[in-house]
Amino acid sequence: MSTSTNIKFSDASMAEIQKIISRYPEGKHKSALIPILHIAQAEFDGWLSAETMDLVAATLKIQPVEVYEVASFYSMFHLAPVGNCVFDVCRTSSCWARGADDIIAHIGKKLGIKPGETTSDGMFTLKAVECLGSCGSAPMLQCGASYHENLTPEKVDALIESYRAAGKRRSYTDRDYKNTL
Amino acid sequence: MAKVTIDGHTVEVPDGTTILQAARAIGGEVAPPTMCYHSKLKTSGGYCRTCIVKVSKGSDKDPRPMPKLVASCRTTVMDGMEVQNLTSPEVVDARKGVVEFLLMNHPLDCPICDQAGECHLQDLGYQNGGEKTRFDFERRTFERKDIGDKIQLHMNRCILCYRCVKTADQITDGRCHGVMNRGDVSEISTYIEKAIDNDFSGNMIDVCPVGALTDKTFRFKSRVWFTKPMDAHRDCKKCSGKVTLWEKGDEVLRVTGRKDQWGENEEWICNDCRFEHKKTSDWTIEGPRNIDRHSVISQNHYMKLATPHFKKLDK
Amino acid sequence: MGKKLLIQNDKVGGIHTLEVYKQHGGYASVEKALKTMTPEAIVEEVKKSGLRGRGGAGFPTGMKWSFLAKPEGVARYLVCNADESEPGTFKDRYLMEKIPHALIEGMITSSFALGAKTSYIYIRGEYFYVARILETAIEEAYAAGYLGKNILGTGYSLDLSVQVGAGAYICGEETALLESLEGKRGNPRIKPPFPAIAGLYGCPTVVNNVETIAAVVPIVMMGGDEYAKIGIGKSTGTKLISASGHINNPGVYEIELGLPVEEFIYSNEYCGGIWKNKKMKAVVAGGSSVPILPTELILKTAKGEPRLMSYESLSDGGFATGSMLGSGGFIVYDEDTSIPMNLYTFNRFYHHESCGQCSPCREGTGWMEKVAHRIVEGHGKATDIDLLWDIQKRIEGNTICPLGDAAAWPVASAIRHFRHEFEALIPKTAVAH
Repeated sequence: MSTSTNIKFSDASMAEIQKIISRYPEGKHKSALIPILHIAQAEFDGWLSAETMDLVAATLKIQPVEVYEVASFYSMFHLAPVGNCVFDVCRTSSCWARGADDIIAHIGKKLGIKPGETTSDGMFTLKAVECLGSCGSAPMLQCGASYHENLTPEKVDALIESYRAAGKRRSYTDRDYKNTL
Repeated sequence: MAKVTIDGHTVEVPDGTTILQAARAIGGEVAPPTMCYHSKLKTSGGYCRTCIVKVSKGSDKDPRPMPKLVASCRTTVMDGMEVQNLTSPEVVDARKGVVEFLLMNHPLDCPICDQAGECHLQDLGYQNGGEKTRFDFERRTFERKDIGDKIQLHMNRCILCYRCVKTADQITDGRCHGVMNRGDVSEISTYIEKAIDNDFSGNMIDVCPVGALTDKTFRFKSRVWFTKPMDAHRDCKKCSGKVTLWEKGDEVLRVTGRKDQWGENEEWICNDCRFEHKKTSDWTIEGPRNIDRHSVISQNHYMKLATPHFKKLDK
Repeated sequence: MGKKLLIQNDKVGGIHTLEVYKQHGGYASVEKALKTMTPEAIVEEVKKSGLRGRGGAGFPTGMKWSFLAKPEGVARYLVCNADESEPGTFKDRYLMEKIPHALIEGMITSSFALGAKTSYIYIRGEYFYVARILETAIEEAYAAGYLGKNILGTGYSLDLSVQVGAGAYICGEETALLESLEGKRGNPRIKPPFPAIAGLYGCPTVVNNVETIAAVVPIVMMGGDEYAKIGIGKSTGTKLISASGHINNPGVYEIELGLPVEEFIYSNEYCGGIWKNKKMKAVVAGGSSVPILPTELILKTAKGEPRLMSYESLSDGGFATGSMLGSGGFIVYDEDTSIPMNLYTFNRFYHHESCGQCSPCREGTGWMEKVAHRIVEGHGKATDIDLLWDIQKRIEGNTICPLGDAAAWPVASAIRHFRHEFEALIPKTAVAH
């Protein structure tokens, strides 16, 4: 079925995975794939290695290729290593109209990276992304589960400092999200 | 039963028949071209949009025309339905657009492609395409991936018909390749380097309408139109053993499944027959294979050998 | 001040908790529906209300519900579409974040009406924190006996859970959403069959937008006839509008359908006019997919009548001079906005979000982005505007799902109404293709 993996989900993650699987009818456990991939990405360094995806396949008893196909389809799954804090900066119409390009440029300059790149200390990854549903509070960026809205260069500077000071990895699954609106 | 009229030809077909199947029952140019549909693969079709037609009358009961062009391979007929294929300028023009979309990122490396001469995209472009593309940007390319010693993958040529994925799903006992990524960077891949190797994996080559999946054991051996297709069989425990041999002199250069007049497999064959039996003595030869679809091959000298078979081409 | 039925209590402290929500009349529709009404009677009220799908398509909800197949012994599902991803739209997020119980209450009442025993809320992955808010509210609802076995002692049982996506606009298309919910790539299905016959796990399924489901609550409480009196003509009830762009007061507003567009833009109760005392150039009235309209056509129809915030008025004139209410994603652009550049952000968006299944959308969206990019960078060719027009025409109506149309319409309308801006960007020395 799957290649053997040397990694394991934590007990807490396994409990959560079991709870998720119980939401679906008998035999429809594949429905849990996307939620489990989120858990896996958060648990294993913020990205989905082939080994991590094989673990997910083995956990759900499905073919590894079914996991690769799905993981590579959705933009929130990282198939290569990323920084501790991934800044997803929206650039679609409403955000663009209110200065998203300047925000992206400002972050890039501040961190010395271009969209798609990670700082050499592995702390930040900058991504220019499509509409995140925050058009009324543009420009904005998402980091982990937190939405940071109505951004200005000053706010961005403060954000970078606070994330750097906290120094920890941020995941979409975080429960300690902060909404700056 | 339902009576359906396509380009003025009326045919009666069982309920649940698709417009495409009804058109094929009429035959000739009435049948729309297809790229992603395959009669032996469930849920195939609907993706490429080459077989689009105009439904000018929905049915006797509800004669309203359908508002948009429909994929004939995925639309079922209704009693009294009237359909236009080549008789609709709108269809011809829209299809030309589809061909342009399918070709715009295609490498057009036919001179070095083993599929040339039996490529559905070549046929489609020749019969339905425009003279040139308006796409003047750099063409999309993919990194080369090795999927084993039997099948050659050229992702740059792929049109994402999903036929190989459905074949692996429906014919083999475990799919290990699929479509990765999304949008115009979607690609056929195993994701991690892996050989696609199971008893029936070779059928993926047969179903590929373009040169994205070709037979590595036949690679650069000959242009297909210099080979001689012969029907042959052998006793095989895994499959029917009924194949087409592609010979040059006494040498068997390639073994494939037998394809019908639409270029779709009649039956699936096993890898043992396909890759491991390349001697004429392995086979009982039945006679020349009738290749209806691919003009390059049919127009060769070889056509004269079997005149009765080729009656249909005369019109 | 128009009537409010959905977010009238959004500023009440603690309204996200079950306790405060109940103090403001919450869960009354569950009591009323489960204890005093039959499922058929609820469907009838929704039909009478004239409620139309609030996700964008505007299909009558009661009719959608009545299409649901009910074969014996087969499960039925209600799936809430909370994948809100249409650029310019953030009203569902607001509703779920502020008043999560409004959606949960609607889900219970609607699931009862449809005979669903298991229901899901599929929410876009980026709204993970909203999913957490919903999960907390669902736990409260279970604890209070509004979910789970034998709800309020009526014998009706319902399980409800939240499913997160992972970043794919296409999952807002209902069959792609169902594929995603089944743990697959978000590829839209080829229809028929429609979800009402074969949806989630092949079973009959209704997929409704967040706001649509929330609107079932006031409909059950006031009755379909009373609800239908609100609004104008076939645009009944209230609508959440997401207002963004170059306005003074961006945000989510609940309006009574029929409100004049001019009032919505310039009244301090709503958008509060254009920012920085500038003039308005154009509006995208219903999310990025709908045609963009220049100021003169958004304020008045081609006939010279005031344009209203309603399905009919916004589409008056067809695509030649009108647009659509769509999802209610209302984006306003000031006089300094480059329409070609704005279009380019839409082209980039649709290219990024195309699932890649069917060839016109897969290839065409990327091609349009490339051509638009060349134009805004000042390297356009003399034939590029016509080329863009032709590509969108070859995509429209020729794809498996509506994403193709959604990618085509912004292009067509931008060229139709602002061709001069594109022409101005093409170098005078440019050669034809």
